[in-house]
Amino acid sequence: MSKARVVVTFHTTTEAMAWEQACKEEGLPGRLIPMPTQISAECGLAWLLDLEDKEYLLEQAGQLGLDYQNVVELDRKR
Amino acid sequence: MIYLDQAATSYPKPPKVGQAMCETLHSAGNSGRGAHHFSLAASRIAYGARAELAAFFGAENPSCIAFTANATESLNLALSGVLNPGDHVITTELEHNSVLRPLYILENTGVEVTILPATRAGNVDFPSLLPEQLRPNTKAIVVTHASNVTGSMIDMEYVGEFCQERGLIFILDAAQTAGFYSYELKKSPIDILCFTGHKGLYGPQGVGGIYVKPGITVRPLKVGGSGIQTFSRTHPSQMPEALEAGTLNLPGIAGLRAGVDYVKNVGLHRIRQQEWDLTSYFHTEVTKIPGVEVYGDFSSPQRCPIVALNIHGFESSLMSQALAEEFSIYTRSGGHCAPLMHGALGTGEMGALRFSFSHLNTREELETTLGALRDLSSREWEDFL
Repeated sequence: MSKARVVVTFHTTTEAMAWEQACKEEGLPGRLIPMPTQISAECGLAWLLDLEDKEYLLEQAGQLGLDYQNVVELDRKR
Repeated sequence: MIYLDQAATSYPKPPKVGQAMCETLHSAGNSGRGAHHFSLAASRIAYGARAELAAFFGAENPSCIAFTANATESLNLALSGVLNPGDHVITTELEHNSVLRPLYILENTGVEVTILPATRAGNVDFPSLLPEQLRPNTKAIVVTHASNVTGSMIDMEYVGEFCQERGLIFILDAAQTAGFYSYELKKSPIDILCFTGHKGLYGPQGVGGIYVKPGITVRPLKVGGSGIQTFSRTHPSQMPEALEAGTLNLPGIAGLRAGVDYVKNVGLHRIRQQEWDLTSYFHTEVTKIPGVEVYGDFSSPQRCPIVALNIHGFESSLMSQALAEEFSIYTRSGGHCAPLMHGALGTGEMGALRFSFSHLNTREELETTLGALRDLSSREWEDFL
């Protein structure tokens, strides 16, 4: 069975780019993907990561002062 | 060729500016429009430039910087984005048409406009004039940091504090000072800074930007594609996307970043020192030429590298043309899009011949130019017709 995943959403593309740059510099898990439609039909970018990394990532993001909009668990059933 | 029209656009551009533009054209898609490799490459280029500009200007964060086409667009955006009918705004006779013309349009919609006079030397006595012009509905002050005609810099600290103490929005036109003056925006009372990329920042033409301090809201001039919030009837309100509807000029932005890199590598202090040395030398020598009248206040080193003058009251356009055709020396004549300033200087009808320098100009180039001016000054008016 595949791992549970979450996405971090952002207010702006600029916020997503700041997030990606900081995560890359700090070696934090995840990658940018197009915004999943099940989360929002509003386009834009989202940061995909394993559920098990969520707590660690958000703690690190908080320390780095990174802004984001929301964290949502992905429903992987069709 | 001797290029002394740096206040119009800087030349030459650093080679890396063109390289960055070319590489971007062939390696990136559309910023903020998806997550495939090409689109992300574009988003990273835009963000990298934004972050670099924010750091260069000492801004709070990269989201404070939105890209525009030039300082004119930024000023139109700032003025129409913060002023409403019934508001009062104060400006000066030093301003470029990129401030004056948007204000004249706003005046027709019910915005009250006060224009502070400049002295014959091209200065504005803010401490004497500003307090008495304040009204209960005064919302903003918009001024140029340096006159594009004389190069004189205003007392930006006084105006900034005046705005801060009274809760006014302080809009600064940095067309001539970005890449010359060391801004530290997060510690500054400047609420909105409008800059272009192709002058002191050594980027290409067609790209500039606007800094908006967190907490200040600027209504956009245009709305549309943003790559986010597609199904909302309204454009995103968050900076910088709020002010960036439509596809960005990504090659231009990449070139601008390369220009800023160049300025950082040379160093603002060094640039200012070299340009001040050239300006000071040219001013000292040119005033010795019979018939030359220089405009502006040279008593303070707080000035941009510009010297505007006339010879025997000859029409400036004929002097500029003679310099170009006979000596391959490129300058700018006429009104420099600053009509009220020429009124203050008493040069309204003939304009002025403007020499503007960059740190890449040399003492030898100025010596050649001074020789050409000595030649021209010895001629009769009829020789130019």
